[in-house]
Amino acid sequence: MKNHRKGHLINKGNAPYVLLAPTILIFVLFMIYPIIRSLYLSFFELKSGCYQFVGLHNYIVLFHDRTFYKSLFNTVVYLVIQVPVMILLALAIAVLIEEKFLRGKAFFRTSVFLPSITALVAYALVFKVLLNGDHGLINYVIELFGAKGVNWFYGEWSARIAIIMAITWRWTGYNMIILLAGIQSIPDSLQEAARIDGATARQRFVYITVPMVKQIILFCTITSTIGTLQLFDEPFILTSGGPNNATITMGEYLYDNGFRYLKFGYASAIGYVMTIIIFLLSALQFKATAKGDTD
Amino acid sequence: MNKISRFFCYVVLILIAFISLFPFYFMFVSGTNSNEQILSIPPKLTPGTELAENFGILIGKMDLFHSILNTLIISIVYTLFAVLLFSAAGYALAKFEFRGKKLIYGFIMGTMMIPSLVMYVPLFEMMIRFNLTDTYASVILPLLANAFGIFLMRQNMLGFPSALLEAGRIDGVGELGLFFRIVLPNEKPAISALVIYMFTSMWNNFMWPLIVLQSENKYTLPIALAMLDGNPTNKNYAVIMLATAIATLPILIIFMLFQKQFVAGVMGGAVKE
Repeated sequence: MKNHRKGHLINKGNAPYVLLAPTILIFVLFMIYPIIRSLYLSFFELKSGCYQFVGLHNYIVLFHDRTFYKSLFNTVVYLVIQVPVMILLALAIAVLIEEKFLRGKAFFRTSVFLPSITALVAYALVFKVLLNGDHGLINYVIELFGAKGVNWFYGEWSARIAIIMAITWRWTGYNMIILLAGIQSIPDSLQEAARIDGATARQRFVYITVPMVKQIILFCTITSTIGTLQLFDEPFILTSGGPNNATITMGEYLYDNGFRYLKFGYASAIGYVMTIIIFLLSALQFKATAKGDTD
Repeated sequence: MNKISRFFCYVVLILIAFISLFPFYFMFVSGTNSNEQILSIPPKLTPGTELAENFGILIGKMDLFHSILNTLIISIVYTLFAVLLFSAAGYALAKFEFRGKKLIYGFIMGTMMIPSLVMYVPLFEMMIRFNLTDTYASVILPLLANAFGIFLMRQNMLGFPSALLEAGRIDGVGELGLFFRIVLPNEKPAISALVIYMFTSMWNNFMWPLIVLQSENKYTLPIALAMLDGNPTNKNYAVIMLATAIATLPILIIFMLFQKQFVAGVMGGAVKE
């Protein structure tokens, strides 16, 4: 059958290109071009309105920049503590919600998911009030238990922990929903058979649930890693990177350089180092999962 | 599971649900109390009578009307464009075989791994060059390069019955006619998931609008909130919480009405219930 009918300018052969054309145009303009331009800019310095080629200068300065290392360190701290805690928590909640005996599944699922619909700025502001050192509700509760309240935003580690708590509140439900779908797709017969063979809940979790949703755990880990490496809104609102840059993230440092001090070249170099780190970490996570498969 | 561990399971889940919901309650209730009541120890946690008073202070401090209007216009226009672009792209990638398909799809998906922060400097430069800074277009256009939306639509269109398309072709319906009159009307669930996803992500977006929007009457809600908080004179937490509640309420209502589509959006459309 011929699909190239007369009278139709757009036929089955060229239709996909026509349908894709606007999207491709958008991606070329606002994705490919900026990615290339950013690499190019990272070799230049903006001096009195003109770009001057400086070679690897930006990268060399970057590798000696203490604030950059601090931002890298903080970002890694958030990554190493927050992502595993959150994924494990999300997985545990998803497993609990899937337990057969549980009533009110919809309520629990919705409640845990709800934080992930809020604007980052909005929830960060709520946490800022809740974590207020002198008048905050969280310190009040801590003091009820007889412990001493924490001056959250004034200590290096307490400020980091405050940010980690806030992000975990916002994103656990999001990952939980994705993991839940994965757990629901495990055939009931598998769990049933294990139960009949006398497997405990813990054994079923380790030997059935986790291996069956491994790909989804990987997906959640990689997306959370990429998200955490770009962290900006929460530290910007909660601590503005302080005290003493103790909580500054790579995202904030890039923002400061690019849009506060208008050091476009330097900001681009930071961006490229970030991209490389994301690629390396994602590759590492892929590899770790693949290795587990051959065991 | 025995009775004790079941009980324990309920306790844990109720505690987690409480932690998840409490900040919402706190935000809404604090908007009706005074700053002193929020800062007293312990803070007042029951609804108060200061709502009108707080609202009065809020509109004096922040251009609430413009922020809402800006956020609304930007989010709606963005969503409209996204739906048109991404359903067309998703349809092409799901239901056609053509040269370069793998390359195009692979490329679009690959961009998900690149931090959007890398692109902000060149994009900002571009917006300056085209004299677009401080316009709605400068916020909307670059964020249309969104791989996840395309992925979501492609996944959903994969299952679209090819027979329906062939029947249309035999009846002499043009290719664009097929897309607009047969595919789109039949993909309402996927489109509503995309609409919710796109709308919320733009409504909540902070960093890129913060970079390109400069004048106060162009601010979106998240920027206006950040500025309200950043202003150190007479810091009034009641007013800040009220503004936060106002910014959150629309999304909360949309969530209550379209929960299923919301969740489908998070999971790339692969929701089963």
